[in-house]
Amino acid sequence: MRSSPARDLAVGLFVLAGLVALAVLSVQVGGLAYTGGGGLRLSASFDEIGSLSERAPVVISGVKVGQVTSVTLGEDLRAEVTLDVDRDLELPVDTFASIRTAGLLGDQFIALEPGGDDELLADGGYLSFTKSALNIERLVDRIVTSFQSGDGAE
Amino acid sequence: MTTTLVEPDPGDAPGPEAAGSNGGPIGAIRRLGARAIARVEGLGRATRFAGAVSLAMLRPPYRHRRLVGELHESGVRSLAIVCSSGIAVGMVLALQGYNSLARFGAEDSLGAVVGLSLIRELGPVLTGLLVAGRAGSAMTAEIGMMNATEQLDGMRTMAVDPLHFVVGPKALSMLISMPLLSGLFTLLGIAGGFVVGVRFLGLDGGVYLSGLEGAVDFHDDVGVSVLKAAVFGALVAWIATYRGFVAGRSAALVSSATTRTVVTASVSILLADYVITALWGVR
Repeated sequence: MRSSPARDLAVGLFVLAGLVALAVLSVQVGGLAYTGGGGLRLSASFDEIGSLSERAPVVISGVKVGQVTSVTLGEDLRAEVTLDVDRDLELPVDTFASIRTAGLLGDQFIALEPGGDDELLADGGYLSFTKSALNIERLVDRIVTSFQSGDGAE
Repeated sequence: MTTTLVEPDPGDAPGPEAAGSNGGPIGAIRRLGARAIARVEGLGRATRFAGAVSLAMLRPPYRHRRLVGELHESGVRSLAIVCSSGIAVGMVLALQGYNSLARFGAEDSLGAVVGLSLIRELGPVLTGLLVAGRAGSAMTAEIGMMNATEQLDGMRTMAVDPLHFVVGPKALSMLISMPLLSGLFTLLGIAGGFVVGVRFLGLDGGVYLSGLEGAVDFHDDVGVSVLKAAVFGALVAWIATYRGFVAGRSAALVSSATTRTVVTASVSILLADYVITALWGVR
């Protein structure tokens, strides 16, 4: 087949445009760049994790610093959650981890609140201070029960 | 081995005389059996053809110039319809999605709805259907006419393997261009949805994009999208080249083979889409 510079250029541009489109989809939209970070692996135990799942974000003051890598049931029959956060973070050993919900019914995520200890968490560290997920159903149940018991007293 | 591949596919016409001329229930069952055997034989021939083409693609010398030419045919020439369809689909999705989401006060997830639908399903599937109709049919017609006008036989007499010289580059170009076209379709669809959602419907641009980025995962969504596009490219390449290769030597046979390429490729894309989604597409 004869070669034509114009056709070769068109094919080159097509392949380039297609590769750029796939790259934008992967990095910009798919968030591939972010998962490259991390490096500091921490674990924590919770009594109740609600619907927290793998890849849920880990934030400090609302800024995303990592994600949940695994959720398993520990030997003490509590939920054991492994986090992967930025290696550069200097987190004190008394850092507090709580499971929160984005909005009233949104996705659940882990919020870290750094403590005041001088000693820093190393790779594979364990977060001792945790707060479980807020279970809306249980909360409503408690309110209803308290109303009912209030009615009974009258 | 390759000579047996050139026989026209008996397909729908198993030959009623061979199936027995008695019209009783036994004859009907016998005809059914002959039809089933012909089907399975056709599938077997198509599979051997796919194997022979794959081997031909891997065997040097590599026909770079032929491949560039075929990429121009199947890729560059499909750009216009794939891009315009992508923008149109993204715009419609945003319009429809906005009205449905606004009912629940969830307009903010428009970016996620448009992006996930395009990346997971509509991008690869619609690109596959469009390319099957535009480039797949042309591929069948070209190979079919080359066979009908004895050009393929001419190559064989010159000891040039048509599978290596004609079919291989065509199939490979389809495999390469499908994921690229699907990526362009998806990206332009997201851009079309952005234009409608942000410019026309007054949504915040940052909310649209952050909803999109939050919902889309590289491995589960973008990866499966590229996998789907590659599988659809292989399916279209296989069906289009095989149908053209076994079409038979007349204009009417080539034209019916072209029609069957589009129908078979479209249906197999939709069936394969379900299988891939069921296996890998749902977390």
